[in-house]
Amino acid sequence: MSVALPKVAASEPSNRIGYRSFRLGKFELSRDEYFVTVHWPAKGARRSHQLPADAFLRACMRDVAWNFFYGWVNFDHVIGTRNHYGKVDFYAGTFNGTLKAAGVDYLEQFDSEHIMATFKAMLRDWVNEGFDPFAAPVETGSAFGPKQGDNLGAIERTRIATRRMPGLPGDSPLRDDMAINRAFADVPQDEPEIHAEPGFEGQLHAFSLFKYLSRSDVTWNPSVTAVCKASLACPTTEEYILPVFHGNDRVEWFIQLSDEIVWDVADKNTGAPRARVTMKAGDVAAMPADIRHQGYSTKRSMLYVWENVTPGLPQRYESGELPPYPVEF
Amino acid sequence: MQVHTVFGSLADYTKGSIELVSGEARHYVFSNIFEVAATSKPYERIVVGKNMEYVQEVMRAEGVSPWFACGHDEFALCMDGEITVDFIKMKDPPDAEKNGAVLLGEAPEGPRMGHVKLRRGHQVLLAAGNAYRFTADRTGVLLQQTVLGELSVQKWREICLL
Ligand SMILES: [Fe+2]
Repeated sequence: MSVALPKVAASEPSNRIGYRSFRLGKFELSRDEYFVTVHWPAKGARRSHQLPADAFLRACMRDVAWNFFYGWVNFDHVIGTRNHYGKVDFYAGTFNGTLKAAGVDYLEQFDSEHIMATFKAMLRDWVNEGFDPFAAPVETGSAFGPKQGDNLGAIERTRIATRRMPGLPGDSPLRDDMAINRAFADVPQDEPEIHAEPGFEGQLHAFSLFKYLSRSDVTWNPSVTAVCKASLACPTTEEYILPVFHGNDRVEWFIQLSDEIVWDVADKNTGAPRARVTMKAGDVAAMPADIRHQGYSTKRSMLYVWENVTPGLPQRYESGELPPYPVEF
Repeated sequence: MQVHTVFGSLADYTKGSIELVSGEARHYVFSNIFEVAATSKPYERIVVGKNMEYVQEVMRAEGVSPWFACGHDEFALCMDGEITVDFIKMKDPPDAEKNGAVLLGEAPEGPRMGHVKLRRGHQVLLAAGNAYRFTADRTGVLLQQTVLGELSVQKWREICLL
């Protein structure tokens, strides 16, 4: 074994297809032309799970970009991460009702920096030239085949941090220099008219959120556009499938700004299906704190994800102090 | 290929639906902004999203609103119509600790700061301590990100899928 980065356990590239394999605690992860394979120990045996390489890379990319996000990021029905904010669990089968009941699941906790470094090293090695894990499938090349180059520009996009609202002095930039996405070619590009009285220039602020979103070059990747204390507006543009089944450690809300998304909702712990929620333009819905959800969007759509980043929420939901549903009526 | 992005409006919206396997539809607190605005009085602040003390309020923007103010930042997103927002720098702004918007009614004391004209998809900062008033040049809908306050109206059973 050689070490590609501090703390990352990576093999030399395979002679046959050119990819490295990785170890994360007792987990072993490898990829070939089509699949990522994960091995772990359980019940005295070596267990395995496979998922398509493109699906794995899209999920892993979101986990890295979101810094393990809020709660659970299920790559599929077997593997995923749970964020403890400083520590992160990587698991296989732990949140799959059948595998858990059979005792063939395995979970190991890591320092965030260690699992982050390992995931980033996997993305650097396993994402081929021409494949952008953030892009809609029709807008990017193939993830499959033997190792061919890399796409560091796509996987190392800098995360945009907004303190109050984009476009304010010293805050995150607007997207005037970015191209309008093909699926939003009909979205008006006019900006609000701002008429400040003498002496108040620069003190009034507004921008076109729909224009801003029409110029997003990524999918399923929220960015903050308004900060009201611990209430964050995190709109995003969605096309194809949310690459993860997000398990909530708090209540999250969706406001469908355009077009339509269908959500598969399942039990957070077992993955048992609970509902399909179809959201059309103008619809508002809560994702309770005890579910996981995965969205489908055929036409690229604008989704306003609304988060509450009040400290301590995961513990308050987990202890039962707060009910999983945001409103009693 | 012709692109057609669907935005809702007061005149044209379709509410989605829930197919249940288990649990109840009301757990998703599912409403539609345009339906809520279509059945509300002008500038009534109907809560459509609530995460502890934080809320999303829908307002039917019709005619001229009273003057409002708030001790913290709020953000309004125009979802339909054409809406002018006037601002006054308040001499005595609401306490920064007070949550949610307050009703001023008449124009408060302080200099006029100017105005912003919003169309669909435009978001305006309603900065802490600046009084604001909406005028709908064409009847529309506002979605306001704020904190639950004395003007917030909750009527979940009337607006949500049950
Ligand atoms: Fe989510």
